[in-house]
Amino acid sequence: MLTEGRIDLLERIPLLKRMLKARAFQPAMMLLTLFVFTLAILTGIAGTPAGSRNFGIIFVWIVWWALLIVVLVPFFGRLWCTICPIPAPGEWLQRRAIIERLPGKLRTRGLRWPRRLKNMWLQNFGFLGVAVFSTIILTRPNVSAWLLLSFLLVGVALSAFYKNRVFCRYVCPVGGFIGLYSLLSPIELRVADPNVCADHKTKDCVTGNEHGYGCPWMVFPGDLTRNVYCGMCFECLKTCPKNNIVLNLRPFGSDLMVAKERRLDEAYKAFIMLGCALLYSVVLLGPWGWLKNWASMDTLPHWALYASSFVIFNLVLLPGLFALVVWLIRRITGNQRPFHQMFVDFAYTLIPLGLAAWIAFSFGFVLINGSYALVVLSDPFGWGWNLFGTSGVSWTPLGTSLIPFLQVGVLTAGLLFALNTAYKVARQHNAHHRPAFLAMLPVAGFAVLVTLGFLRLYLG
Amino acid sequence: MQQLLENRPRLIGLPVLALMLVVWLIPPPGATHATTHEISLDATQYEYAPGRVHVNQGDRVVITLTAADVVHGFYLDGYGLERRVEPGVSQQITFTADKAGKFRYRCSVSCGPLHPFMIGELVVESNTPYWRATGLVLVAVGGMLAYLWLTGKNKSYQEVISGK
Repeated sequence: MLTEGRIDLLERIPLLKRMLKARAFQPAMMLLTLFVFTLAILTGIAGTPAGSRNFGIIFVWIVWWALLIVVLVPFFGRLWCTICPIPAPGEWLQRRAIIERLPGKLRTRGLRWPRRLKNMWLQNFGFLGVAVFSTIILTRPNVSAWLLLSFLLVGVALSAFYKNRVFCRYVCPVGGFIGLYSLLSPIELRVADPNVCADHKTKDCVTGNEHGYGCPWMVFPGDLTRNVYCGMCFECLKTCPKNNIVLNLRPFGSDLMVAKERRLDEAYKAFIMLGCALLYSVVLLGPWGWLKNWASMDTLPHWALYASSFVIFNLVLLPGLFALVVWLIRRITGNQRPFHQMFVDFAYTLIPLGLAAWIAFSFGFVLINGSYALVVLSDPFGWGWNLFGTSGVSWTPLGTSLIPFLQVGVLTAGLLFALNTAYKVARQHNAHHRPAFLAMLPVAGFAVLVTLGFLRLYLG
Repeated sequence: MQQLLENRPRLIGLPVLALMLVVWLIPPPGATHATTHEISLDATQYEYAPGRVHVNQGDRVVITLTAADVVHGFYLDGYGLERRVEPGVSQQITFTADKAGKFRYRCSVSCGPLHPFMIGELVVESNTPYWRATGLVLVAVGGMLAYLWLTGKNKSYQEVISGK
């Protein structure tokens, strides 16, 4: 049990505990986000095709995205999953209830999720699948709307066949990277004493009771050592009869050191996220119009070449270069650990760098286009409405002189965090200081080169 | 000195911060003879030609802006200059490039789906912000490596992992 440096927020803030234990809290938040989500779909389908005048584009890809990547994920981990509207309809259909806990089993076919898909690979490929179309999705309201609707429908369909939140846990492309980056967040849901859970016969957090459902994310809180697969739905807080659930404030990145649960699918997620941030910075924020047109499918052959290069870069080139780094480490230190294990372990050093890269990339377009939010708030469909008197607000780019400083600051922080992580991982491989320090140097070199690449793109 | 740093490794932050300050304050290279750059900038969906323009700090820049297909705009980050250009009617923008760095020029009139990403780059040499940022990052990396070397030297594996 690791409680050092932790502060239990539920104990410190009783109001927070009361709120999170209340059955109405999560559905109320979901209903609110479901309203915004539905509006985003409706405006996307029926509103103006001009993305900068459409609520669906501006509120999803500017407002929500900025909130998610700059605030929620770094500071609150999976908190977005607590209020995400996508699984709501499927979950409520399964439960035949929105707020109260009805007795009886979940209404579903109860099929078993295939064992070979119990990992993050589907989310990795799903994210890449969305990413190769992202230039179109980000700029065409109707495409964006159909994508959001498809998420909702897949969520409902999977809920009809499988128990619990299979969509969130194994399919959702957004949930995959939120889970990975929640390793860094300073918030964790854990149990106060795992022995209490081990000795507890009925395991209400898994089976559910009159106060709540068994964990919809199919996690046993008593074993929880990382944030990746805990959706922070707080059902366990409601069901635990032992009052053993805690919500800790902790040091950033604590989960990165949990060696026994590191996996190749998560390592690849780290590569994909870092690679996509780099490629998006080139394609969307760079001056190369032909590349934007290719990404936007001006012709099918151009897009096919773009998409295949995109996928190869993320799945082969970037991990391949990193494999060379690991090979170098083995040559320098003579470490005899399996190559696979070293590759996976050191890949986790790219998680802080990847999140920093996404934040830096997001600064590059969120602040510039943020003022459109006021316009679409008054005129969500682009039909000439002026609900709040802000539809005439002109485009005002914010912080154009400040953005490079923010980008340098966040990238440097991510890089230093990555170096610290690399040294700690190396110490897990080599108990002694000197060989561990030598082992982390090639990883440090890789991370520095990637960071300098971002600096070149943003400032050079 | 080494003993002191080994006992109190966070002191490494002081020379690192001092070095960062030096990097930040290094004066840029002396000004070159200012010249006038006449640049024809053509806007089409969704790019500017040329997409990247280099001038020296202090140069006078005269941009003749044209639109080849639909109505476009021009907004220069950092300088706050803005123009709207219609096909067939060119616009002239004149300014002195008195700030060094990379400044994006972007379309300010909604021109189609990819409008928010219609971007070009004006690089005002010697681009001191870029070189300073690179220097700062490298100094920070050096400082971090020194810190890890000093702190890890006398720590057990458990102490390193727990961050004590």
